[in-house]
Amino acid sequence: MSDGPVTASTDTEPVLRVNDLRVWYGTQDGDPVRAVDGVSLEIKAGETLGLVGESGCGKSTLGRGVLGLLPDSAGVEGRVLYRDRELVGIPPKEMRAMRGPEVGLIFQEPMTRLNPLVTIESHFMETLRAHEPELDKEEMKRRSLEALAGMGIPPTRFKQYPHEFSGGMRQRIMIALALVLGPKLLVADEPTTALDVIVEAQILGILADLRRNFDTALLLITHNLGIVAEACDRLAVMYAGRIVEEGDAREVFAEPAHPYTRELLRSIISLDTTGLHYIPGAPPNLIDPPSGCRFHPRCPNAMRVCPERFPIEVPLAGGRRTECWLHGPADEIPPGGSEPLERQEIALAEEA
Amino acid sequence: MESAQLERSAARGGGRGETSRADPLLEVRDLRTLFGLRGSFADRLRGAEAGSVHAVDGVSFDLRPGEVLGIVGESGSGKTTLGRTLLGLVDATSGSIKLEGREITGLGEAEFRELRTRLGIVFQDPHASLNPALTIGASVGDPLRFHGLGGSDEERRGRVVAALERVGLAPAQQFMDKYPAALSGGQKQRAVLARAIILGPDILIADEPVSMLDMSVRAKILELMLDLKREFALTYVYITHDLATAKFFCDRIAIMYLGRIVEIGPAAQIYDDPKHPYTQALLRAIPEPDPSRTVPRDLPRGEVPDAVMPPLGCSLHPRCPRAFEVCGWESRDLRTLLELRWTQLPEEEFERERALIGDLDVLDEPATECVLPAAPDGAGDDAAEVLERLRAEAPDDPFWKGVASTDVEQGGVRVRFRDGIVPGESEADAALVRCHLYDDAALAKARKP
Repeated sequence: MSDGPVTASTDTEPVLRVNDLRVWYGTQDGDPVRAVDGVSLEIKAGETLGLVGESGCGKSTLGRGVLGLLPDSAGVEGRVLYRDRELVGIPPKEMRAMRGPEVGLIFQEPMTRLNPLVTIESHFMETLRAHEPELDKEEMKRRSLEALAGMGIPPTRFKQYPHEFSGGMRQRIMIALALVLGPKLLVADEPTTALDVIVEAQILGILADLRRNFDTALLLITHNLGIVAEACDRLAVMYAGRIVEEGDAREVFAEPAHPYTRELLRSIISLDTTGLHYIPGAPPNLIDPPSGCRFHPRCPNAMRVCPERFPIEVPLAGGRRTECWLHGPADEIPPGGSEPLERQEIALAEEA
Repeated sequence: MESAQLERSAARGGGRGETSRADPLLEVRDLRTLFGLRGSFADRLRGAEAGSVHAVDGVSFDLRPGEVLGIVGESGSGKTTLGRTLLGLVDATSGSIKLEGREITGLGEAEFRELRTRLGIVFQDPHASLNPALTIGASVGDPLRFHGLGGSDEERRGRVVAALERVGLAPAQQFMDKYPAALSGGQKQRAVLARAIILGPDILIADEPVSMLDMSVRAKILELMLDLKREFALTYVYITHDLATAKFFCDRIAIMYLGRIVEIGPAAQIYDDPKHPYTQALLRAIPEPDPSRTVPRDLPRGEVPDAVMPPLGCSLHPRCPRAFEVCGWESRDLRTLLELRWTQLPEEEFERERALIGDLDVLDEPATECVLPAAPDGAGDDAAEVLERLRAEAPDDPFWKGVASTDVEQGGVRVRFRDGIVPGESEADAALVRCHLYDDAALAKARKP
């Protein structure tokens, strides 16, 4: 499997292009929750984009929005282009046909996604029959075993039931099931959260091989920045429905541009941690977020302009971008706007 | 002998400061918690044994006043069952737990109730540990009401207010009459901490208290726990799978694997110089928030095995990169190795080899002598050929150290393994380790053919 095709990596055309995507949910009180509020991003073939942020910042909604998996009650605006095909407003039947062969999804809980009543073999056969009915049975079996072997599942266990596998094996079966159709784009929503640390490392290795060997574009949603550092080429930081910073993962880790990114990185408890650090307050509710920059009530660097004006996206060196007045544009900041913001302490209890 | 060793290690001391010389608050010796399995209906009719899960399988340690002891392990290691056994929420099957010298296993519910005022608990999921139908004030005050403490309603209310404000839910009036659903995860965990401290316990057992919380909140809750510890002279048992928070938070660390403590020692040593191969693997597997470092690929294969039929000898041996002759090699390891090879072979070769071998299920019964069966219509030489290829493919696999002999027979290859030893405790610097690498007797036995 290691000698898979690597030709498409020269193709710089993004597999996925999201443009000014907005997703909102209605509430009983009338005002909608704006879970994703104007997000743009691109992922190329063979590239892994990590999406991070605290809970309630819209990460999972964004992932589901990309795959057309939002509930009917959700409102969607903007564009999601998969290889120049518009996915927003696509009829459900067409979306279903694309899910699998074109775009795949790996969920957090492998235990709940496999049907306990049918064998692993049936899971694969059913998937292949639905999407590639022209294959004969032998070919289906060959493809299935190849995908499973790539994930380290022995062919001798093909006819077993989900309960006969451990949690890590089930997650690997889920990944194999997503890969058997050869999708060009994979969305993985917290794929290792329910797993042990050694198994997590095994899965991360598998995901790294994936982009190398199959040229899959991967959107990896996680709250674990250690995993991003391990597995991602680029990093997008989400706060209150917006992407506040995006860029090369190494560069963002080395020199975060947005104060939210910086504070998030500082609050990680790692083996090198010698002192505790945290971000005061909590992400805002998305019905009525703070004025101007949504991070300003928690931002240690907030300036007078921050609550007044919504920040403008600024391109930075190295193809990076951020949405923060600290990086300008200077001519949009009113006189005196760069003075520090005076404000009251955030009460301890108003936290996440 | 075992307990003598433990005491020596206790005297040498891992904890910080003078507390290490005080008498232990909690003495746990050879604690076992078994869960019976319900067999099939037919089994029960026949009265057959269905077996049991050794969730906690011979655990000994001391908890000294004022220290933070970390119990670290992956899922299935038995760490949560250990915590629950300490609290009397699960009955110990055998062994002893002494609280300040007084035996607390086997106490009746009424006697244990009194002890619960001294043992507090914080569970992992703050959403599940608060009754959604009770206000925060009622939940936090419930232990007082239950134990008939705290005086009049008015005084009780005063204590609830004080506890809430102490954990940062201030002003308390703002939270007293709210229901859990109106609070964030961090706020709920603060309320759970308020409830845990309201009876003035000596020991707080915290089972994954921050792992359900966002990164940005974890530090706040840990800091609060450290503040509470200082203020109320608490002693903590911190149960977690997260070595990073344990490093920051704990004085001593016990690493658990399949119901046993495989390594226990001062936190500084466990992290700087881990002795047990499992501890070493755990530490290397953590993804660090630093893109210039990557997690190594040569991690232990597979996952934590089923505790119903744990591996013979040392339970880590099938995954251990440093396993050797006496670690407990057995029939199931042969199956694992063969299946590993088959996942890596091209399909035609796999099919060819598979056709030479009979039903592998005969290897599932753990045994130190087994027959790798040839196909029903095949000869023993066929199985021998596959076995030889297996050896040629991975001659350095620790498995081969455990193979004493292979003999071709009519129906397959008879494989005899070296006798395994269940590792006892050995000293390694300031730690106690259950690993033959630190046991001279086991090393000597391994050298003798």
